[in-house]
Amino acid sequence: MKLASGVKLVTEKRELSSRLFRFSAPLISIIVALFVAGFLLLAAGVNPLQAYIEIFKESLGSTYGLSETLVKTTPLIFASLGVSLAFRMQIWNIGAEGQIYMGACGATAVALFSSIESHALMITCMFLAAFLLGGLWGGVAGFLRARWQVNEVIVTLLMNYIAILGVDYLIYGPWKDPKGFNFPLTAQFSDAARLTEFFDTRFHSGFFLALFCALIMYLFMERTVWGYEIKVIGSNPKAARYAGMRTGLAIFAVLFISGAIAGIAGFSEVAGLQHRLQHGISPGYGYTAIIIAWLAKRSALGVVIVSFLMGVLLVGGDSLQLSWQLPVAFAYAFQGLILFFLLASDFFIHNRVKLVRGGHHA
Amino acid sequence: MLEILLDATVRAGTPILFATLGAIINERAGIINLGIEGLMLIGALAGFAGTQASGSLLVGVLAAFVAALLAGSIHAFITVQLRGNQIVSGLALTMFGIGITALFGRSMVGLTIDGFKRVAIPGLSQLPVVGKAFFNQDLLIYFSFLLVVAIAFFFYHTRWGLALRTVGENPAAADTCGVPVTLTRFLAVTIGSGIVGIGGAYLSLATTPMWIENMTAGRGWIAVALVIFASWSSYRALAGAYLFGGITAMQLRFQAMGTTVSVHILQMLPYFFTILVLVISTIRLQKGASQQPENLGQPYDREDRK
Repeated sequence: MKLASGVKLVTEKRELSSRLFRFSAPLISIIVALFVAGFLLLAAGVNPLQAYIEIFKESLGSTYGLSETLVKTTPLIFASLGVSLAFRMQIWNIGAEGQIYMGACGATAVALFSSIESHALMITCMFLAAFLLGGLWGGVAGFLRARWQVNEVIVTLLMNYIAILGVDYLIYGPWKDPKGFNFPLTAQFSDAARLTEFFDTRFHSGFFLALFCALIMYLFMERTVWGYEIKVIGSNPKAARYAGMRTGLAIFAVLFISGAIAGIAGFSEVAGLQHRLQHGISPGYGYTAIIIAWLAKRSALGVVIVSFLMGVLLVGGDSLQLSWQLPVAFAYAFQGLILFFLLASDFFIHNRVKLVRGGHHA
Repeated sequence: MLEILLDATVRAGTPILFATLGAIINERAGIINLGIEGLMLIGALAGFAGTQASGSLLVGVLAAFVAALLAGSIHAFITVQLRGNQIVSGLALTMFGIGITALFGRSMVGLTIDGFKRVAIPGLSQLPVVGKAFFNQDLLIYFSFLLVVAIAFFFYHTRWGLALRTVGENPAAADTCGVPVTLTRFLAVTIGSGIVGIGGAYLSLATTPMWIENMTAGRGWIAVALVIFASWSSYRALAGAYLFGGITAMQLRFQAMGTTVSVHILQMLPYFFTILVLVISTIRLQKGASQQPENLGQPYDREDRK
């Protein structure tokens, strides 16, 4: 690239930049994305400064706001843990959205059609049904990938549409609440099928389950042989095969568990928050999870922190939707921007950009 | 009955055809582009807005091409210049496209335009069965026929086409022969993206002449899968796109006939069949000689050349 006469912009590789830059890169990406999104908002007739102040005030400025932020953080933690588990093995699970729907579907089936009266047993069964159904949804892609190398990105993504239409089929058809004035939703769950809520808010015990899940994931990845194998298969599949690791089975298992964890998000949403199955049970948590997993560099603790940040943005975004008539989907544009800048920052972590005088290459 | 079904097949298949062709150009140069869904939406909105503002469909199509080309250049810059992760960048592009069209499409909701009209080709449109379906269509459909042939000709009968394929197969060899790898890849991604945008514009200028938020409804992803079905060939892309056009047309026909099968189940069919076709074509690819560009998904860095 030529700048002025005799001055050139060249890039050269370096081992790695400072730790400070590596760890602050996700934060810098978010800030730059906020800046660029500000111009988009301006172009759409919204004052970005006012909008950003509103986001933080609404999501963090009151007990109610904070509780709502944690309510949104909960499904994000589950889904992102699932996605990041697959990322560890260089497997792409873009289907968390569908897996959330399937998990919600499984939990709802148990809540509506079983006659369990014990709260503990009911919740456990709902949890297991969500885990299995979410796992099945991810497992299909895992099986196809392991057996025939079928591209898991496309399969998991397309299965989102099938899952969402499947839930629509149920709530418009066989599962529709007969007393629901023909609205597309199921009957409300009994008290036995509901998670505990706290402080008179919508904040529920699903959040603690999510933190527990993150802890398990951390221990699994860092302290077990299986966790180690997943990392090896991801970074060097050939070496893994030579070492006798069963990569095919691992691919299936990882996508199954990845889907299952995303499925728990569905369980937590219907048991903790909605208390019934309805359209739009997830407003794209599964897609946001991909961003979170990438921003968190696949670490379990990182997932919790970034999920909270995204929760802040989602709660703030909801309020912007009311006050400025911003479309909900605008959050996607913002998340896309964050990813773009994060990818760009990766380049600067591994390369140095220099100005060179005299036109000679360094 | 067959004539009506064929006609609906071509009309439903055309947006997917443009998108698949654009994706093929990307992947032939070695770059995976998962931003197709977002690019189609950007094309759909820009096409509609362009026509709305100017009153000319041609301006709309050009606007769709240019807008998607510009959006595609973000993906090109990140994956080609910065050698970033192609899958993540493509996903980011799709999300960006969904979000930004929702934002800027707000003012377009409810507006109408005069969409593309049918223009019968004298003689050919009189052919039995296929005449109406293929030669009594709008100009964009005729343009898609031309594009299929032109892309095949470009790939196999021009020097630039050979250069583009070499860049996807073996960029180091192309570089040694003096082919500008970075420039070629950049152009393939941006121009390919522009063609995807025309596919989106078909939805908002011909299928239903209006703007609806998220109106692509997963067609971009179907196109991504069809690239594999098509073995990166434009003629097979035509077959694939019409196959899906056919499934969509039949599904709509069933709905119109008032079948007792749920609408939601019928709407699943295209996605279900896409997965099925993807599995079958992947297995077939592995049995025969793979047509997949050798270097697909790999960033090229001259310093790493062996």
